Amino acid sequence: MVKVGVFSAQGAVTEHIYMLRKTFEEMDIQGKAILVKSREEAREIDGIIIPGGESTTISRLLERTGVGEAIKRRAEDGDIVVMGVCAGCIILAKSIEDGGEKVKSLALMDMKVRRNAFGRQRESFEVDLEVKGLSKPYHAVFIRAPIIEEVFGKCEPIAYFRNKIVAARQDKLLALCFHPELTEDTRIHRLFLSLHYGSQENA
Amino acid sequence: MAREIRLEQLRHGTELLKRGFAKMQKGGVIMDVTNAEQAIIAEEAGAVAVMALEKVPADIRASGGVARMADPKKIQEIMDAVSIPVMAKCRIGHFVEAQALEALGVDMIDESEVLTPADPFYHIDKRKFKVPFVCGCRNLGEAVRRIWEGAAMIRTKGEAGTGNVVEAIRHMRIVMGMIRHLKRMEDEDLYLLAEEYAQSYAKAAEQIIGREIDSDTPVFGEYVYDDVKQEIFEILKEIKEMQRLPVVNFAAGGIATPADAAIMMQLGSDGVFVGSGIFKSSDPEKRARAIVEAVAHFDEPEVIVEVSKDIGEAMPGIEMKELKVRLQERGW
Repeated sequence: MVKVGVFSAQGAVTEHIYMLRKTFEEMDIQGKAILVKSREEAREIDGIIIPGGESTTISRLLERTGVGEAIKRRAEDGDIVVMGVCAGCIILAKSIEDGGEKVKSLALMDMKVRRNAFGRQRESFEVDLEVKGLSKPYHAVFIRAPIIEEVFGKCEPIAYFRNKIVAARQDKLLALCFHPELTEDTRIHRLFLSLHYGSQENA
Repeated sequence: MAREIRLEQLRHGTELLKRGFAKMQKGGVIMDVTNAEQAIIAEEAGAVAVMALEKVPADIRASGGVARMADPKKIQEIMDAVSIPVMAKCRIGHFVEAQALEALGVDMIDESEVLTPADPFYHIDKRKFKVPFVCGCRNLGEAVRRIWEGAAMIRTKGEAGTGNVVEAIRHMRIVMGMIRHLKRMEDEDLYLLAEEYAQSYAKAAEQIIGREIDSDTPVFGEYVYDDVKQEIFEILKEIKEMQRLPVVNFAAGGIATPADAAIMMQLGSDGVFVGSGIFKSSDPEKRARAIVEAVAHFDEPEVIVEVSKDIGEAMPGIEMKELKVRLQERGW
């Protein structure tokens, strides 16, 4: 039984719960998708999603609840898989350009991100992207999205848009600038779960 | 090159992007601000967005006269000051104010009853815009009509600028109660309800042409009555099935304390707007933070009690009987 949490303080939380349940069903695995609000809950899970929302708000609440610290410690021990989406991607980065002082990052991934890199909401867009590890393009929804300006160390880009990195992976951590919870396509959530199974068994 | 082909497939301003933007606000607090300094306070307190205004609703109410879209220069100052999304209000039906706000680049437009309505017949056709809209409602009929017109977010109207939560609670209970009631309705009854909800468009068209409409009379944009009715019926079926609105549903209009914010969340809101409640209180910084925490932990009384301590005086508030103007009655 795999237990995957979604940090549930602000943002698109229920959408990820829905997608996780759908993914468990499609992959035919025993899984539980749960809301994570406290440090205690963060200790009992195999994976966690930090969802899209406002990075300033979510990072503040990660700190205040102690969930951020719990995730950081466990991730550094390689004890948990983590997916950061949009705001969550910013929160995973070691370096944030512009306005980074407003976001308290967990500094887990070797990457530098830029917030609102495409501009305001009217510049938000949908596009089909090639993602490493997926055989067909993925329909990606970018909402006031960040970009990953550069990766270093062990972080590896897995998707580009106009030569800019929009998804990256580092060991058991996955960062996305777009929103895989807003379509019905579960392939990104599968990719995420495969990081958990990767080390133990192949899903 | 493959990459260039992808560029042609780029899509902006779709329903998915508009509704998606609104979903990112869930569990958050959107605060009314009137200058850059207040916007920074709101952002630092953890607001998910700010609503840029010239005056907060309590002052709009006090000053009377016609309330219009804010000075774009003011809004721009606020946009320049913060990195969170900035929303702004236009008058009901004033699609040129909306076009101006879209051109300015605000992230969401509030077609708001807090301003003086501009069009006696129609709300804005929000599908024509790339920028998402939020609209107020007092009941499911108003909510469904605004969703049909393209709103990406709904909020209860409450009674803005009063610091009195009673109307926000009234509207949330009416909307949520009716959503639950849909479960007990068969398609036939839903169809009758769709007809009732669509009547408002027929009536507007009849006032305009001065006679009864027929099956070819446009009642909203290019839409004829039967199309509106059919599409509203589809929305109602979706609401019945999902047991919630298909767009994000916030609470607004009278929220003044952390407990006010939390009760709206417990009643089923996805987040809250706080208008006059923050910057008309004695310690806006503390109150703003406390309301953000209360919304994130709305079902944990121990957090509510903790954050409610020592945050200064709330705005004074007004009893409903004392009101000369009820803003909630604007819009239909």
